[in-house]
Amino acid sequence: MSEPLLRLEHVERRYHMGGEDVRAVRGVSLSIDAGEHLAIVGPSGCGKSTLLNLLGAIDRPDAGRVLLDGRDVSALSDREATELRLRRIGFVFQRFHLLAALSARENVELPMSEAGLGKRERAERARELLSYVGLAGRERHRPPQLSGGEQQRVAIARALANRPALVLADEPTGELDARTGAEVAALFQRLNDDGTTLVIVTHDEELAAAAKRVVHMRDGLVVRDERGVAPAAAARGR
Amino acid sequence: MLGRLVAAALLGHRARTILAVAGVAVSAALLLDMVMLSTGMSVSFRSLLLARGFQLRVAPKGTLPFDTEATIADATATIAALRESPDIDAVSPVLGGNIHVPGANGTATSAVALGLDPRYQGDYEILAGRDPGEGEIVANDALLAAIGRGVGDTLTIAGGYDPQLRRFAGVRRVTIAGRARFLYLSRGQRAAAMPTASLQALGGASRRDRASLMMIRARPGADVETVRAWIARRLPRVTAISTETALAQVEERLSYFRQLAFILGSVSLVVGVLLVGTLVTVSVNERIGEFAVLRAIGVAKRTITAQIMIEGATLMLVGSLLGLLLGLVTARYLNAILSSFPGLPQAIDFFLFQPRSAWTALGLLAIAGVLAGAWPAWRGASLPVARTLREEAA
Repeated sequence: MSEPLLRLEHVERRYHMGGEDVRAVRGVSLSIDAGEHLAIVGPSGCGKSTLLNLLGAIDRPDAGRVLLDGRDVSALSDREATELRLRRIGFVFQRFHLLAALSARENVELPMSEAGLGKRERAERARELLSYVGLAGRERHRPPQLSGGEQQRVAIARALANRPALVLADEPTGELDARTGAEVAALFQRLNDDGTTLVIVTHDEELAAAAKRVVHMRDGLVVRDERGVAPAAAARGR
Repeated sequence: MLGRLVAAALLGHRARTILAVAGVAVSAALLLDMVMLSTGMSVSFRSLLLARGFQLRVAPKGTLPFDTEATIADATATIAALRESPDIDAVSPVLGGNIHVPGANGTATSAVALGLDPRYQGDYEILAGRDPGEGEIVANDALLAAIGRGVGDTLTIAGGYDPQLRRFAGVRRVTIAGRARFLYLSRGQRAAAMPTASLQALGGASRRDRASLMMIRARPGADVETVRAWIARRLPRVTAISTETALAQVEERLSYFRQLAFILGSVSLVVGVLLVGTLVTVSVNERIGEFAVLRAIGVAKRTITAQIMIEGATLMLVGSLLGLLLGLVTARYLNAILSSFPGLPQAIDFFLFQPRSAWTALGLLAIAGVLAGAWPAWRGASLPVARTLREEAA
């Protein structure tokens, strides 16, 4: 049996909030294979986004291990974790978080520039990626000149810039209307069909329904992990 | 891409950027002016005193050159004695006095007169015409304007005037050989110069064979202090003062200026640093979410730190260059005001631009400004990414 792309072993994460210690993630163990399309669902405050941050190496567990390609990312130095995020992980945020002063193409080029790609190569790849997400001809537009759905497509193109092994999305349709959300969901589906491993935290039933695996969380625990069989129905029933 | 991010950050807040640059420019201009003021007068005095290569000035015992009306008697014998020294290359006697140019209806225009040796003199610069010979003078613009004459004209001058008898003494006809700028006289002060013998003759018996001071040029390689000591031994009736000693006395008198300049310069430096530090901190605080996102997508701390520090450095650089121009303009204006103080030599500059000092001051300001941005930059780059994203989302 091959090593999973991502593995969590008894991961715990606590933080101090409002004078109390909050156990956001409580001993979660999980394996994610390459090529999976996984949705993490659950009520607000159940620890979904904290878990996603741990998966993406932007947070460290207080206990347990997070392994990407068999490598313990929680033991990496800040510099190593940054390098890992740059080259192996793509992030999509609820509020897009594009740089407003840069054009769509420049936003997509940003991670490539950080990774040291040449100007011509990154411009060419940015054009290809924007075309892939359906924004050909919109390269020079700045975020304020784009709709919410278009901005999220730019953010997805940015997440794909350095050919990551894994794309993590935190409520990617949370700021979009139903129709635009469905378009973004279809784009994620296409991404997965093309081989990208996806982990999406969402409240959006349509988006969760499109996933091949749905992980349910409650109070920092994984309470159900459903694969293959009617995940859409499972998501609706959470 | 880094340059693009810096430009985007600065141009994205145009009003703030313009105000920051203006603030730095004013701070840099003040710093530059203070540097110019602290060194300008002493450098200006030095170049004035060394203009013609005279390293020593000999005055009547117990006086400074032109400090009093006192004169050296037996000037010819004194000069001869000075020339005995093999270390002395040239002796240039100068006699100070007044002349009167009679006008219509018994009026007269008075002027300072210098009697000197035109071959060696270091008191004036010829602007038009030539040095005066026997029976000739050179005059400055103030005198020529007052009497309505020009180079080549002939006029009557007098060495004295008795107001009770309304009679001029020592009257003679002279030709204006040149138009000159007198270095040691104040702006607007009327002045003329002529050979020493001419002025001595005009002054009658009281000025005969006298000099107010003698300027001494040592031979190349000679030790000026040794020459000074030799004069002190050989001619006990006079005081020899070296240019370096004179400069030290000037420096002592200018210490107030330097202290003032140092304090104001330091204040402007601190203000510049605080200004940039504050603006960079405000800018970082506004963009905490942006930096957290950049960190999340894999942008290194050093890239973000560099971006923020380059933003601060750009503000400092542009502000400092504008400050250089502003400082030069204000220095010129202030110099004109201060130089018109009565009694100050025309050739003295209060604000003297010295490229090395100016660049050192502005470089110091720029480095201090960059360092002021270092802490907020590091802070911005070192935010806990997950917590910041969580708080930004809330």
